[in-house]
Amino acid sequence: MSIFWLRVALGLYGVGLLYALVALTRTSDLLNKVALHASYLGMVFHFVSLTEGLFISGHVTQAMVHNSESLLAFLIMAVFMITYLIYKTTSPGIIVFPLVFLLTFMAATRQQPFITMSGTLRTSWLFAHIGLIFIGYAALVLSFCASVLYLIQQHSLKAKRASGILSRLPALEDIDQIGYRSLLMGFPFMTLGLIAGSVVAESTYGRIDFQDPKILLSLLMWAVYLLMVYTRWIAGWRGRKAAVMASVAFAAAVVAWAANYFSSIHRFVAS
Amino acid sequence: MRFQLIGVNHNTAPVEVRERLAIPESRLPEACKRLTEFPGIDEGMILSTCNRVEILANTKNGSGADLRGFIHNFFQIDGSDLDKHLYEYHEQEAVRHVFRVASSLDSMVVGEPQILGQVKEAYATARAVGSIRAQLDQLVTRAFAVAKRVRTETAVGSSSVSIASVAVDLAKKIFGNLHGKHVFLVGAGKMSELAARHLMAHGCASIFVANRTYDRAVSLAYKFKGQAIHFEDLHNTCDRADIVITSTGAPHAIFRREHGEVFLSRRKNRPMFFIDIAVPRDVDAAMNKLDGIFVYDIDDLQQAVSSHVADRRKEAERAEAIVATEVERFHARLQTLDVVPTIVSLQDHLETIRQAEIDRVRGRLGPLSPDQELAVEALTRGIVNKIMHTPISTLKSAARDPEATTVIDLVRRLFNLQERRTAKSGSGEND
Repeated sequence: MSIFWLRVALGLYGVGLLYALVALTRTSDLLNKVALHASYLGMVFHFVSLTEGLFISGHVTQAMVHNSESLLAFLIMAVFMITYLIYKTTSPGIIVFPLVFLLTFMAATRQQPFITMSGTLRTSWLFAHIGLIFIGYAALVLSFCASVLYLIQQHSLKAKRASGILSRLPALEDIDQIGYRSLLMGFPFMTLGLIAGSVVAESTYGRIDFQDPKILLSLLMWAVYLLMVYTRWIAGWRGRKAAVMASVAFAAAVVAWAANYFSSIHRFVAS
Repeated sequence: MRFQLIGVNHNTAPVEVRERLAIPESRLPEACKRLTEFPGIDEGMILSTCNRVEILANTKNGSGADLRGFIHNFFQIDGSDLDKHLYEYHEQEAVRHVFRVASSLDSMVVGEPQILGQVKEAYATARAVGSIRAQLDQLVTRAFAVAKRVRTETAVGSSSVSIASVAVDLAKKIFGNLHGKHVFLVGAGKMSELAARHLMAHGCASIFVANRTYDRAVSLAYKFKGQAIHFEDLHNTCDRADIVITSTGAPHAIFRREHGEVFLSRRKNRPMFFIDIAVPRDVDAAMNKLDGIFVYDIDDLQQAVSSHVADRRKEAERAEAIVATEVERFHARLQTLDVVPTIVSLQDHLETIRQAEIDRVRGRLGPLSPDQELAVEALTRGIVNKIMHTPISTLKSAARDPEATTVIDLVRRLFNLQERRTAKSGSGEND
């Protein structure tokens, strides 16, 4: 049943995806509203699916591992909704909706790598690791959306013409705030999540293998993240420079995520 | 003919004519009353603004009324020189005109928002004196709904038109909320002061003023309750402002790229907005290349204004399309309100039954004398007419009621009447 509810949620997110595609060419208040309500509803079903997954496996951490794509999609959606509630803008949806759709699609078609857990893992640390990192990911995604939107808005203001979707973007400083706030909030989560992860690795393998692509990429992502917070804090970097860094961090995050497919360690196969 | 409208507006009549026809608010109730007392008029409403005077009426029995006569009579003026300024619309065209006026498509400045409020006031006055009832009420409330639709579905009326308000719009695009933002006014001039005033009205916190002559700066600062800055300190103070309006007579640019770089580093890259109204320009165009600095000169602003106007024209076309579909829809609805087809089909229906019954018993009655024939005819006809009397009079009185459709539906269902309504010419649309 869990997968069924997830597929219902997927269908509803599809409306959001449609919005994202249409929003590129023209604006539609109605679609905006429909997409928003569909996403609300999608989140409800998504939540049901996650809770059911929890009951099936009977174990929080195991459920989190098995439904990782789905969980991440849900968290990104939640962050998006929080942003909407504060700033009344659906503009990040242009990136958020396709991403969430993709993740949910992967989860709903069971195409994610099957991660098995060895019994020796310290599950409470693993729980913390996954939970924290995922919140960090979600915040990073939003921050990336914001920096892309910032670039678009800045460009349209400089080009001195605004029409279609451009005229509906939030004000430049609002976009900036969205990006900065999500950056600031995501960073501690990401940091703590990585610490928790290294504790898990230590206890499982007795050492941290820095040669492993997953670990390497995660560290790279964290370093870029740190650099972003630092330059922003000290020098107020925004606009083009910040967007470049956000893109690098985002790319690192995507690759680090994809590393699940080929990292030997992160699969937690009891070998 | 039912709805009828007559009037003058800014296009058809010069102000001398319009002011002669304008009805002051205090006389409006009386005018509405006089209108409904005028022969042939059932309901009426009068809209009188500085740009238009219009009389809308629902005429009795569809015979049409002499609205021109009413105007001549009410204003006590001779018709001949007035008539060429008057426009007159009937039925669907009147409906369309009312929708267009309420949606601000017929306004001097298309999309200006006041007209809807004025129509609402006129409606309230007419309602208060009872000159608006069933059908006109439907028409006017529908017009409000159409106006709302036009407002929400098109951008007519959303764009700003003056340079000062374009400047405010742009500032909002950059800063979002203008509360707590600081403005720097460099040089003086009517347009730059207007822009500054607009920005302050939208919540900007404080204003700095600099001028070549310090005394002028002081007096301007006094006017805006701001702070006067010596011109030599301009570049040292400027980074404190988020929005800079310049309009000096300087022959060379006052703000160059290197200044911008300094401002940005002092401001930790928070964005800055330069509004350059001066000719020749006060701000070097290269400034706009800096990340976080936005420079709009007078041409850019002018272009923004004209693109707004062009946008508006495009949006007005979309609004016209909305009005057209709404007119169709309203017309279709009026037709369903029309009770005549139902009465006719009710009569037809009962007449068919009567004929069929007579034919059925004729064989059993045997040959009848002409007198008997007449008696049977009269008897059956009498019964049918008696039965029909109440439904028909109910239908007729229901036609004046906004809930007529339910009554019509009920009668149709009770008697199992088929849809016989023939589409009237020009509106054969199915929906």
